Amino acid sequence: MKYLGLFVVILCGGLLLWATQDFPAWGDPHSPASTHLSPHYITEAVHETDVPNLVTAVLADYRSYDTMFETVVIFCAGLACFLLLRSYEPQKRGWYYRHIPTGVLIHFKEPSRIPRSTSEFELVDTQWVPYDFIIKTICRILIPFIQLFALYVVAHGDFSPGGGFQGGVIFGASIILLAISFNLRTAITRVQEKALGILAVIGVLFYAGIGVWCMLLGGNFFDYSKLAAVLPVDPVHVRALGMLGVEIGVGIAVMAVMAIIYVNIASAGMHDEGL
Amino acid sequence: MHWQIDLFILTLVIVTAVGAISVRDLLSTAILFGAYSFMMCLLWAIMGAVDVAFTEASVGAGVSTVFFVAAVFRTTRRTKD
Repeated sequence: MKYLGLFVVILCGGLLLWATQDFPAWGDPHSPASTHLSPHYITEAVHETDVPNLVTAVLADYRSYDTMFETVVIFCAGLACFLLLRSYEPQKRGWYYRHIPTGVLIHFKEPSRIPRSTSEFELVDTQWVPYDFIIKTICRILIPFIQLFALYVVAHGDFSPGGGFQGGVIFGASIILLAISFNLRTAITRVQEKALGILAVIGVLFYAGIGVWCMLLGGNFFDYSKLAAVLPVDPVHVRALGMLGVEIGVGIAVMAVMAIIYVNIASAGMHDEGL
Repeated sequence: MHWQIDLFILTLVIVTAVGAISVRDLLSTAILFGAYSFMMCLLWAIMGAVDVAFTEASVGAGVSTVFFVAAVFRTTRRTKD
């Protein structure tokens, strides 16, 4: 079976390599892609959309329909993770509370009446997690700057490399860093599961909503220039604003989905403790 | 022009890719996969595709490595084959 798998892999890889012979050379100016569409994007995009970063112009304006469904794919990944892993069954390994004044550890086998954390009792993980003062302090200082950088990446998507996907992933990574450096409960109480689900939906709907808004104003789906009727800017710069809008939608959706996937995997769907 | 850097990074890409599928410890596989993503990110940056490099660095080398480590934490470190 192993050799059969190896044979299939080598066969497919060889076929793919053989097919690449038909590709035009890298950067060939006479290849079909460089003769029909790319010259228009390269010469006209800045005049048409007022966006200096051509990648963003292609991604969020000329091919925004494509990008919308990429966002939907990300959303579906988070949804699948939630549906497969999320478990509402009460966990069986019990609850450990530490009595803070004395340091005594108490093990409850049944769901107790003690709330999650009081001033005298705190819930601790069943598996021992090393406590590190240096890591906690450094992460506490670092996380706001990571989030600020994420917002910068989203907001400057049309001027510099970056955009909604990257900014959203960086923002989600800051939540994951909070969960790793403190513990999962801290991250879940700061950013609740319900809020993450709602944010993921809002991000996708915000993106699609901009497209529908363009249709209501009489244009095609994602024809941002029609937004000039309601926004007080000229019809060229309004396309840059439309791109910024969809990037924000992508960023919100990706941020929420990254946090949903991490929390569900790290806690095996229990949302109580994890990595 | 940068063919020496290109060759060096391409070699590292292949080494980390072969390492990631042949190492038996799944935690090492996750880390090697992160290294592989980072080398791919450098390659994209050399080719001038900075947007793709940025995505590869944040998604491939950053978040997906954490997802793999979390999955290993909840399952097992040893593979069966």
